[in-house]
Amino acid sequence: MARAEGERGSAATEPEAAAERPGAGEALLEVRDLCTTYSLRGSFLERLSGREAGTVKAVDGVSFDLRHGEVLGVVGESGSGKTTLARTLLGLVPATAGSIRFEGQELAGLSEGAMRPFRRRMQVVFQDPHASLNPAMTIGESVGDPLRIHGLAHSREEVRARVAEVLERVGLAPAEQFMGKYPGDLSGGQKQRAVLARAIILGPQVLIADEPVSMLDMSVRAKILELMLDLKRELDLTYLYITHDLATARFFCDRIAIMYLGQIVEMGPAEEIYADPKHPYTVSLLAAIPEPDPSRSVPRDLPRGEVPDAVTPPLGCSFHPRCPRAFEVCGWESRDLRTMIETAWTRLAEADYEAEQAVVGDLGALDEPAELARLPAAEGHTGAEVAAIIERMRAQDPDDPFWRGVAAISVEPDAVSVRFHPGLEPCEVEAGRARVRCHLYDPEASARTRAPAS
Amino acid sequence: MAAIRLGGLRRTAARVRQARGVPKWLLYTGLAIVAFFTVLAIFAPLIAPYGFAQVTSGGVHFPKQSAPSSAHLFGTTVQATDVLSRVIWGARTAIEVVLLAVALSLVVGVPLGLVSGYIGGKLDRALVMLNDALFAFPYLLLAIVIAFLLSNSFLGQGIVTAAVAITVVYVPQYFRVVRNHVISVREETYVEAARALGAKRRTIITRYVLYNVVQNVPVIATLNAADAILTLAALGFLGYGIQPTQAAEWGYDVSRAIDDASAGIWWTGLFPGLAIVLLVTGFTLIGEGLNDVLNPLIRSRRIRVPEIPEPGAAAREQEPA
Amino acid sequence: MSREPVLSVRDLRVWYGTEAEPVRAVDGVSLDLRPGETLGLVGESGCGKSTLGRAIIGLLPEGAAVRGEVSLRGRNLVGLPDAELRAMRGPELGLIFQEPMTRLDPLLTIEDHFLEALSAHEPGLERGEMRRRSLEALAGMGIPPTRFKQYPHEFSGGMRQRIMIALALVLNPKVVVADEPTTALDVIVEAQILGILSDLRENFDAALLLITHNLGIVAETCDRVAVMYAGKIAEEGEARRVFTQPAHPYTRELLRSIISLRTTELSYIPGAPPSLVDPPPGCRFHPRCPDAMRVCPAREPVEVEVGTAEAKQRVACWLHGPAAQIPPGGEAPLARGEIAVAEEA
Repeated sequence: MARAEGERGSAATEPEAAAERPGAGEALLEVRDLCTTYSLRGSFLERLSGREAGTVKAVDGVSFDLRHGEVLGVVGESGSGKTTLARTLLGLVPATAGSIRFEGQELAGLSEGAMRPFRRRMQVVFQDPHASLNPAMTIGESVGDPLRIHGLAHSREEVRARVAEVLERVGLAPAEQFMGKYPGDLSGGQKQRAVLARAIILGPQVLIADEPVSMLDMSVRAKILELMLDLKRELDLTYLYITHDLATARFFCDRIAIMYLGQIVEMGPAEEIYADPKHPYTVSLLAAIPEPDPSRSVPRDLPRGEVPDAVTPPLGCSFHPRCPRAFEVCGWESRDLRTMIETAWTRLAEADYEAEQAVVGDLGALDEPAELARLPAAEGHTGAEVAAIIERMRAQDPDDPFWRGVAAISVEPDAVSVRFHPGLEPCEVEAGRARVRCHLYDPEASARTRAPAS
Repeated sequence: MAAIRLGGLRRTAARVRQARGVPKWLLYTGLAIVAFFTVLAIFAPLIAPYGFAQVTSGGVHFPKQSAPSSAHLFGTTVQATDVLSRVIWGARTAIEVVLLAVALSLVVGVPLGLVSGYIGGKLDRALVMLNDALFAFPYLLLAIVIAFLLSNSFLGQGIVTAAVAITVVYVPQYFRVVRNHVISVREETYVEAARALGAKRRTIITRYVLYNVVQNVPVIATLNAADAILTLAALGFLGYGIQPTQAAEWGYDVSRAIDDASAGIWWTGLFPGLAIVLLVTGFTLIGEGLNDVLNPLIRSRRIRVPEIPEPGAAAREQEPA
Repeated sequence: MSREPVLSVRDLRVWYGTEAEPVRAVDGVSLDLRPGETLGLVGESGCGKSTLGRAIIGLLPEGAAVRGEVSLRGRNLVGLPDAELRAMRGPELGLIFQEPMTRLDPLLTIEDHFLEALSAHEPGLERGEMRRRSLEALAGMGIPPTRFKQYPHEFSGGMRQRIMIALALVLNPKVVVADEPTTALDVIVEAQILGILSDLRENFDAALLLITHNLGIVAETCDRVAVMYAGKIAEEGEARRVFTQPAHPYTRELLRSIISLRTTELSYIPGAPPSLVDPPPGCRFHPRCPDAMRVCPAREPVEVEVGTAEAKQRVACWLHGPAAQIPPGGEAPLARGEIAVAEEA
């Protein structure tokens, strides 16, 4: 297991080695402990009875810097919070806590009016080119609208001239041909070019691109990415590139942050992430990317399960139920016991499953997350029988990381109590040139593991 | 601003021009009928042989309740007025009232729907409750109440009163349709993009939301116009409509004609009644025709299954082994 | 030794009617699917692969005309009456679609779905046996038996897709058609599902037609691949061979334009896929082809076989002849102007 060089810390300093890009300047955007929480609308009955339906921490304590001239990639699957992060940075969704500083000025909590001048300097490209343009406006009107909105249009001719200039720059030439067209007349790639034109016409410094090419065909993606790189060079732009596709991120980005369930689990220079991924989630993401190489076949050592429900995330490290390298302090809890039992039952023939299921009581007792799980036996059966079943499951698959988390199993007359090792929230640790949020790289966590359980 | 207005309606107009088949005939027939009555309305002083309350001409009294003849093509009423003239002047009344009512409804209902749908919150909840209350009221009762209240005010019992009464009845429909559409458009990416550009709320509502939401309004307006004519006639029938001295009105004429019917006098009721039916049908045809044209689901009926020709000699393909 | 194909498509044409000219979505496609193999049908959006999939399944919308032959174990599915098609779907032809939520009835439990499918196609089975088979199919997909009585909305996207696959397989079909089964899923879940699909041939001996736009998936899971462009098959052959030695320029350029972990430089195909209403004359790829010759716009290419005896490839491209059918001077490079950016995607 890799160890950081005795250092450990929260989000304070970036490894100096990451600034190997020539001309990489100071931070344009400084994000510290940003949180965005949604509250859910419950079902009708819940609302009627006044009960809270729960909240989702879509962004849960994210910190990073966006430096001048770089491309920072934010990679994550659905539920990772990357899109909510983009919206929060842009002020489209209010931040619940934390700070966003743009060139030293605080953006979190600003009113729409106060945000407006910043909108000139920070622009966005959304994922769906077919939905990003107003269907009732021509391309010329859409692209020219930012000038009008910010009062920069002094005459019709001036607006037209600037629109034409920026349309040519994104490759929609001759501009006159496109100015009068409606979005419905253009292809996906052309629409995305128009969206880029609209984003750059105000001369922004930062461009946040939320999956700009994932809805385009493969042969078109390269064109748009190349255009974005050209624009970055010509206009001295800084990009925050959000995607789920690690392959394009590798090509496009200087630094990459991997997000899982609202937190950044690994962040570092792109080359480092690909050459030596640290966090088990990063490792599995890289393994799972389909490569057009027929000698490769589908990877088999993938993490189990899927991204969990964000309303009640797993205790401790949110990736632990799926992690192939989880160990004692990763935050084992009662729901993991339920998962283990259900998975073991998946491998049984029906008759055996029926027999075991009759002995074990309601698995719903395990749904409340707790470090001490109490599984009652069914009517007419004893705790000892349940314990025997659990031991059988252990014998069948002793290498399952789950068993490392079990501290003790105690048998009661009518139930079994499983006590797990106390879990720790993972902290950000430096490992190599990257920052990782994982106990595997945290010397304090392994120290706790070796300490005898009280 | 004007350019965008054109843009939004241009797509509608293009679809209308491309209409084929049944919807096209519905539309054109309806337009023809409404155009006919509009011409009657505009040129009433020139077309109608007499005034709507005129009982003499050249010193001669009109006969009462006389059957259709060369002098009075549609006959005369019990008050010795010429039925034909009253039908033509009634057209003017109907078109005026209905146009005014629809215009007022649009001016009140659409902006309220836009604002309520986009801003949401307490304002939206309050307006929706008010709207649903109005909707729940039996519409004719509501119209009568409003007409009654207004007729005792400075507006009197004229065209404006009738128009306002009808407006109040129909505003909820525009409000509801526009508001619901706005709520779905509000979540669209291009609206979010407009916010990200820094657009003010006013700009977003007028430039980004409005023109994407108005497509259904012409259909509703024409169908409402049809309904409004009936409501106007009903008001007139019941005596809450326009004062007979102010203007001719078909519903009023029909109510006067009821007594005549038992006496075998058919012309005093038939012609005003026919006029109502025709004008309502005209507006309805326009509305349904527009609906069929603008509603893509129904358009698929006109898709022809193509004939695939035999592959030519050049496209010979080898069988894989 | 070649075995009889279990699914055989011959000169299939599917044209969609519109208010104007018809759209030639599939315009002369032939392919074979052998027992137990996985064939990847790959192409970009608008190439007609989804239409081809639907034509094979028999789920084309109204206003589509079909001509040609789709033989499933000897029976021609084109023109078959609806009732017979319905009877075949399930036991003979398994289906896996892209959006499982829209295919599962939200009002029925998973148990109901399975019982309904089994009782419709194998009415002789008794309930206990149906339950056993359903649980077995689900367990094979990693769905625990404790969740048998839950409703579709209680499952995540990836689990719903596994349920769909289990539903498709519980009737033991010999042919399974999967139309973009993983496009809506995250990459790790996608890899899990692809692993399941890869194992199909071992565990179920079913042939799989996998329709997708993702060449990476095809490389990792398919035995053979067919590349589609503008309604026609450009190239078809063993996956290993097509990926390492593509015969058709489109395949070659497409492979180059894919951005993978090893991409060091961007490359793309200029221009845009053609309209299927009025496709370019001759070879449909010629306006964008870097190797176009004079004969390419003049005549449609003839399908030829290339490759070795063990690894045959079929390709429709004049670069591979047959030389006898190319008129004199036809092999000279095609002179043409710059592709206007206006045609660019």
